Amino acid sequence: MIRFILLQNRQGKTRLAKYYVPLEESEKHKVEYEVHRLVVNGDAKFTNFVEFRTHKVIYRRYAGLFFSVCVDITDNELAYLESIHLFVEILDHFFSNVCELDLVFNFHKVYLILDEFILAGELQETSKRAIIERMSELEKLE
Amino acid sequence: MNPFSSGTRLRDMIRAIRACKTAAEERAVVRKECADIRALINEDDPHDRHRNLAKLMFIHMLGYPTHFGQMECLKLIASPGFPEKRIGYLGLMLLLDERQEVLMLVTNSLKQDLNHSNQYVVGLALCALGNICSAEMARDLAPEVERLIQFRDPNIRKKAALCSTRIVRKVPDLAENFVNAAASLLKEKHHGVLITGVQLCYELCLINDEALEYFRKKCTEGVIKTLRDITNSAYQPEYDVAGITDPFLHIRLLRLLRVIGQGDADASDLMTDILAQVATKTESNKNAGNAVLYECVETIMAIEDTSSLRVLAINILGRFLSNRDNNIRYVALNMLMKAITFDDQAVQRHRVTVLECVKDPDASIRKRALELVTLLVNENNVTQLTKELIDYLEISDEDFKEDLSAKICFIVEKFSPEKLWYIDQMLKVLCEAGKFVKDDVWHALIVVISNASELHGYTVRALYRAVLTYSEQETLVRVAVWCIGEYGDLLVNNVGMIGSEDPITVTESDAVDVIEDAITRHNSDSTTKAMALVALLKLSSRFPSISERIKDIIVKQKGSLLLEMQQRAIEYNSIVDRHKNIRSSLVERMPVLDEATFNVRRAGSFPASASTVAKPSVSLPNGFEKPAVAPLLDLLDLDSDDILAAPSSSGADYLQDLLGVDLGSSSSQFGATQAPKAGTDLLLDILSIGTPSPAQNSISSIDLLSTADVNSNPSNALDTLSSPVPPHTATTASTGMFDLLDGLSPSPSKEATNGPAYPSIVAYESSSLKIEFTFSKPPGNPQTTNVQATFINLSPNTFTDFIFQAAVPKFLQLHLDPASSNTLPVSGNGAITQNLSVTNSQHGKKSLVMRMRIGYKLNGKDVLEEGQVSNFPCGL
Repeated sequence: MIRFILLQNRQGKTRLAKYYVPLEESEKHKVEYEVHRLVVNGDAKFTNFVEFRTHKVIYRRYAGLFFSVCVDITDNELAYLESIHLFVEILDHFFSNVCELDLVFNFHKVYLILDEFILAGELQETSKRAIIERMSELEKLE
Repeated sequence: MNPFSSGTRLRDMIRAIRACKTAAEERAVVRKECADIRALINEDDPHDRHRNLAKLMFIHMLGYPTHFGQMECLKLIASPGFPEKRIGYLGLMLLLDERQEVLMLVTNSLKQDLNHSNQYVVGLALCALGNICSAEMARDLAPEVERLIQFRDPNIRKKAALCSTRIVRKVPDLAENFVNAAASLLKEKHHGVLITGVQLCYELCLINDEALEYFRKKCTEGVIKTLRDITNSAYQPEYDVAGITDPFLHIRLLRLLRVIGQGDADASDLMTDILAQVATKTESNKNAGNAVLYECVETIMAIEDTSSLRVLAINILGRFLSNRDNNIRYVALNMLMKAITFDDQAVQRHRVTVLECVKDPDASIRKRALELVTLLVNENNVTQLTKELIDYLEISDEDFKEDLSAKICFIVEKFSPEKLWYIDQMLKVLCEAGKFVKDDVWHALIVVISNASELHGYTVRALYRAVLTYSEQETLVRVAVWCIGEYGDLLVNNVGMIGSEDPITVTESDAVDVIEDAITRHNSDSTTKAMALVALLKLSSRFPSISERIKDIIVKQKGSLLLEMQQRAIEYNSIVDRHKNIRSSLVERMPVLDEATFNVRRAGSFPASASTVAKPSVSLPNGFEKPAVAPLLDLLDLDSDDILAAPSSSGADYLQDLLGVDLGSSSSQFGATQAPKAGTDLLLDILSIGTPSPAQNSISSIDLLSTADVNSNPSNALDTLSSPVPPHTATTASTGMFDLLDGLSPSPSKEATNGPAYPSIVAYESSSLKIEFTFSKPPGNPQTTNVQATFINLSPNTFTDFIFQAAVPKFLQLHLDPASSNTLPVSGNGAITQNLSVTNSQHGKKSLVMRMRIGYKLNGKDVLEEGQVSNFPCGL
């Protein structure tokens, strides 16, 4: 189960934070800070997994953004690496060559996309096309 | 347009915030915006609510408090329009979580929305529910969600399935309601619904045994068929990732098969074909393929034994190990640790590769590889492996040296074939990484040295040579100083040379030089100096010719600023001066410490080499999970690289601690002149030593294997420790047990003496919890005792999720019944009772003893208490 997903830039600013477990605000800030410290120091040649408290964080860097997913110890790391990549592809398709600014100014849309992709800490849909179609249907209703 | 409207659109606000150059500017902008928003909230204007909430969410993401916006979310959710609802739910998920009471207010809106005619609205409600619902909401809305699993639109079905996942996680009792619906989802064709359906089934199997049985009987073949279809399916561009159709679905299906097959031989048989197919035909040049293979290997290792499959799995892992991608190697190392438990041979074949990984530049790989190597060590390869590891120790990084040296010491202690080799290796480690070596390790070294009487001469000479070169390694200096003190005469007279040694001339003066250096060096700490002073005293007796010089050194220390040194100097000086007649008998050779006794007394070890349970770690409340070598499951978050106290060849057992805290060795039996060592031990004891109860003759070893499960789930197999724990009878009266909490009931003395009615005891008492045991014996079976445990909450708050676990030594068998409840109301308002029955195979010879661990939630925080019950009435 996914415990939280974080998108942070290199300076540590959080661009997206979605928690699937309840945490106090102060705890959330602490978590974001710690995770940022862990991922920003990771070299490209090293593994994409770090142990974080009693869980593990799987992260990948795309341009200036770090996508971090915290999962239970027993989860399949390689699978979550794939899911991070799928999410990035979806964002890329939705925003047409996404950049960090897109994510900042349209953060609410990013959350909505995330909610179509992952629910209750588990993958909801694995087809990029299906998610994009659903988003366009929902946009039409706005 | 409202004249008081803030006027700024969302984009403008974001732009303004980004344009701020300093934090103070940003705060000012945010404050202004918040003020505007608050004003608008007060006006209760529906037009801009939408935009205001979006702004609030952005401000929240920046880290500012936004509690005033919570009611806005509720109002938006209650509005009829879809866009408002959408942003309302989004705000709800962002600004609130399940622990806030405000969430309850949403329940009604959620209920209405779940029944809405517009399926998009239903989707919104399911999404919100699935992400943040609390247990009460889950209970209220479960029937709605259940109904929606069968909805006509697949989008709703999949959301309902995942929402149900959360519901059963929060309220496991509701699991039965969802079983049928979940089973029907397994027949879906739509991938999204299928994957969520599989996930739901997986959760249900984990939580509820009957569900597991149901799925096992009815759905195994269906799942296998689905997996087969998906593996063999033609190219589907929509789901294809790197040549594999929907790897996520593969992985989910494999997981479900894993939990179905675990513990059940028939189900496992059915799956072997498909698992073999997946394992052999999946391409592994891309990450997606490797992810599937990894999951497949995990499944193969978890289900019941089919050795050919297992060989296949280990071969795949071997291939992973030589993959250039670090992620793959990391994952392979992890899995190999689990594989060792059932096929040591196969893993041994990869030993060389693993050793290479120890030297890898990546820290996480090094760590994993080191742990794996520790598991791989056996009598045959220990010399080879140790040599490689010590060679690497010389060139490794500082931060890794600690882990590495700890593991080397552990290996050496455990597997050393002969004393000479042991001493040599330890010497090398001390030279390279002395400051990382823990105290009980070098204490053990000294014990071994003192026992190896034929090697005394060799040892002291080797130490002398070493300390000349490596004098900055504190531990080395200490060991050397002690040995030179003890065996100085052997050093000087070249006694006991063994074949491989070069002769070395050491005069008495040289030996004293070394010790003087240890005292006067500025970075020696007080322990070393104190030890050196004792050594000098010994030498003054053994080397009468330079007694004067030694006396001078001692006299100089009389003015030392350290009280300990001053005191010793004065005392030793008076011995040297006026009590020459007793001096020699005072500093006679130390009596050799019996290794067996020493190892028994060496508390605070833990199973560093325990096998991990391959089953995914669901927090089944009363299942006890072995802390794996990976420090991940260690509740106290301690570094797993502490030293394991090795059982010596005399078969002595050692105390194993439930939590794996290194409590340091109790040295109450070390000789009087070994004052320095006793001093350091007591100083280093993190926790106060409980009074060892001399009246008890109970065993000082507690075996983790006897931990009882309340849900004696057959698939939760208690694996044996891979290091053999030989049965042993400790004849020592002093048990050296440690009370982890000072609040433990202080009197180890038993209550009334043996009477047929056994008095009840207070098993444990702390400031917040009291546990009482009352005893009864079933008729006709004197070895068994029924204990009723009563838990009383002494704090002013209620405990929830109350769990009691117990562990007993090997000669006892423990069975725990389920507790009467797991919520413990405040003192006086009720208590929890739990029955246990203990069977004592050494009835009459040994009394009962038990270690307990109690976990509960207090004000939302998890609390853990441990204690030991040693005051059982005798005769039980």
